[in-house]
Amino acid sequence: MLRTASWPRWGRTLLARGLGSRRGGSAPDQNGKVSEIKKKIQSVLPGGAWNPLYDTSYLPPEHSDVVIVGGGVIGLSVAYWLKRLEKPRGAIRVLVVERDHTYSRASTVLSVGGIRQQFSVPENIQLSLFSIEFLRNINEYLAVVDDPPLDIQFNPSGYLLLASEKGAALMESNVKVQRQEGAKVCLMSPEQLRNKFPWINTEGVALASYGMEHEGWFDPWCLLQGLRRKVQSMGVLFCHGEVTRFISSSNHMETRSGEEVTLKRIHEVHVKVDHSLEYQPVECAIVINAAGAWSGQIAQLAGIGKGPPGTLQGTKLPVEPRKRYVYVWHCPQGPGLETPFVIDPSGVYFRREGLGNNYLGGCSPTEEEEPDPGNLEVDHDFFQDKVWPSLAQRVPAFETLKARSSWAGYYDYNTFDQNGVVGPHPLVINMYFATGFSGHGLQQAPAVGRAVAEMVLQGHFQTIDLSPFLFSRFYLGEKVQEHNIV
Amino acid sequence: MAAPRAPLHLVAPRWNAGTRGIRGLSRAAAPEGNQKKGRSLLQFLADRFYDVQALREYLLRKQAWKMHQKNRPFTYIRERYGPYAAGAYFILKLGGAVKFQGKEWIRSNARGHFSLDFLKLQTVPVEAVDASGCAVNYQGLDSLLALKELQVLWLQRCPHVDDWCLSRLHPLASSLQELSLAGCPKISERGLACLHHLQNLRKLDISDLPAVSNPGLTQILVEEMLPDCKVVGADWARGLKVGQEEQYQDITSPIPA
Repeated sequence: MLRTASWPRWGRTLLARGLGSRRGGSAPDQNGKVSEIKKKIQSVLPGGAWNPLYDTSYLPPEHSDVVIVGGGVIGLSVAYWLKRLEKPRGAIRVLVVERDHTYSRASTVLSVGGIRQQFSVPENIQLSLFSIEFLRNINEYLAVVDDPPLDIQFNPSGYLLLASEKGAALMESNVKVQRQEGAKVCLMSPEQLRNKFPWINTEGVALASYGMEHEGWFDPWCLLQGLRRKVQSMGVLFCHGEVTRFISSSNHMETRSGEEVTLKRIHEVHVKVDHSLEYQPVECAIVINAAGAWSGQIAQLAGIGKGPPGTLQGTKLPVEPRKRYVYVWHCPQGPGLETPFVIDPSGVYFRREGLGNNYLGGCSPTEEEEPDPGNLEVDHDFFQDKVWPSLAQRVPAFETLKARSSWAGYYDYNTFDQNGVVGPHPLVINMYFATGFSGHGLQQAPAVGRAVAEMVLQGHFQTIDLSPFLFSRFYLGEKVQEHNIV
Repeated sequence: MAAPRAPLHLVAPRWNAGTRGIRGLSRAAAPEGNQKKGRSLLQFLADRFYDVQALREYLLRKQAWKMHQKNRPFTYIRERYGPYAAGAYFILKLGGAVKFQGKEWIRSNARGHFSLDFLKLQTVPVEAVDASGCAVNYQGLDSLLALKELQVLWLQRCPHVDDWCLSRLHPLASSLQELSLAGCPKISERGLACLHHLQNLRKLDISDLPAVSNPGLTQILVEEMLPDCKVVGADWARGLKVGQEEQYQDITSPIPA
């Protein structure tokens, strides 16, 4: 009699438990029983706020093999390549921590979206060439069954770099490097330039280089969404929160020459939930710092740069946010459909936006007049004083332009040499960097993601050798000189 | 002018449906929302069984791989008979037609067979290629770009010709005189913008491109960009219709003055 009475109850609780676990830990509250049990427990244990049946689905998991700090295009690309290059399926668990899931301040979506091969460092050219191949075959790389194909709205209009007499020799040698690496770039004299683009004023231009193929601009939001969709389908976990603390252990060691070295290893990452004081420690084996403009802060949290200056311990990650403005203007007499992405010797750039004679562009301010990166407000005087005069000088039609709108975004600016930082930290041995690209992170993200994933999984670079971009260059003082930074 | 005709449709409307899907996603549409629509049994199974999911992913990859196989270059023919024969062989294999300089058009028959006599014409350049409806893609253009004397290129209704392909046509700039892109579902105004490299172009057909957002405006801009070129767009009929309607309204509306 007793047995028959207890059976149904067992069955029901098992069923309830089964349902609960399938929903990823959300509280099964549909048959008021659970709340009844909760009340009972509370009456037995008065005073305690202990809540055993608690919805924790918004918290990150307690363990993850790789934690990627930053869910921008670089972080997602690292996640994608980690999952793609892992040998057995589902071998590693990857967690992406993103602070702002609307991406309102993320550099990815606030960028102009250009891609070019006209760099001076061979590695940068290779990164860009790999990325353009990725973007071209994006529907093979990021194909998800049953989802519509992606259209990244690539405008293959090319980049037109102008050089003054002073920069002409440098441009020539750069183009030689670019051609060696396989970029389709041609040099143009001012005469040829006038024939091809009659709207340009060639005064002060000695030489121009023009990308025939593989260059242009695309929709960054679409790439981000495509990566997100694909990465989600591959089983990467997402978490909306902020990394506040790293728990690490130190190991004192001695080199062969008798020097004492302290090696650190991160064991736990504390992820603070948005709008709350609650945090979740995530045990992890590898942390990837892809926090873009804020990666300097993340590095500091991990104890990088805390030490006497001049030593490897005291070398900070020299990446900081820099505010850059983008202005949109309308000019009915402006250049037509053939307009490439033009970069003036003065640093001012512009490109066509859509078909309605709209253009967008901007300029990087000088080191002295760098704006405060605390907010994303736009300085309209900057356009009047710095950008417009150069624009009107280069394209006379722009004298009658009408500014339409503007926005500001951040560069993850590497103050040391304006190039990316890729690979592990020499002392904090399980923190890997993928940051500091100073404005060309979006266009190189697919290749950088692959390079970092190779470094994590294989221990060395395979596809593109990025060893000049390792962290140790800051300590050794070896700058990677890139001349074409805009 | 002639009476307004219905717009000339070279393409079946299913292409329109496909491209609308492509364009729809690029904007802020959340990917989760798209998944929920129209769930089929196969999707149901794929969500619950890893085997089904893996099989479907494999089939998707295989589709792309087939495309690659079709467009791979014929290296052997190229080394043995030269680039012209290799290009012609590539196009004929895909079901298109080629015309060597001073010869007749060569076409494959209904079964896809064609005579290999053209392999003897090693030094005769190819002057015209009709790749209408062929599965040429970016990779396959390699074979076409080797035809340096190509004057006429028809790429009508090619399902895999996209903006990336158009950006690759610049090596043909010195010879190409006629280009037809009518009915290609993936070509948009962004790709048309880089046709300005083709300065010798005399005739360009950009009619019925479903992915172009503003066909009328795009045609005007392309005409401005290529002043020596006759640009054909099917949109003239639609433009005419709108104009007449406006005229009609003008007549009926009471004139205040």
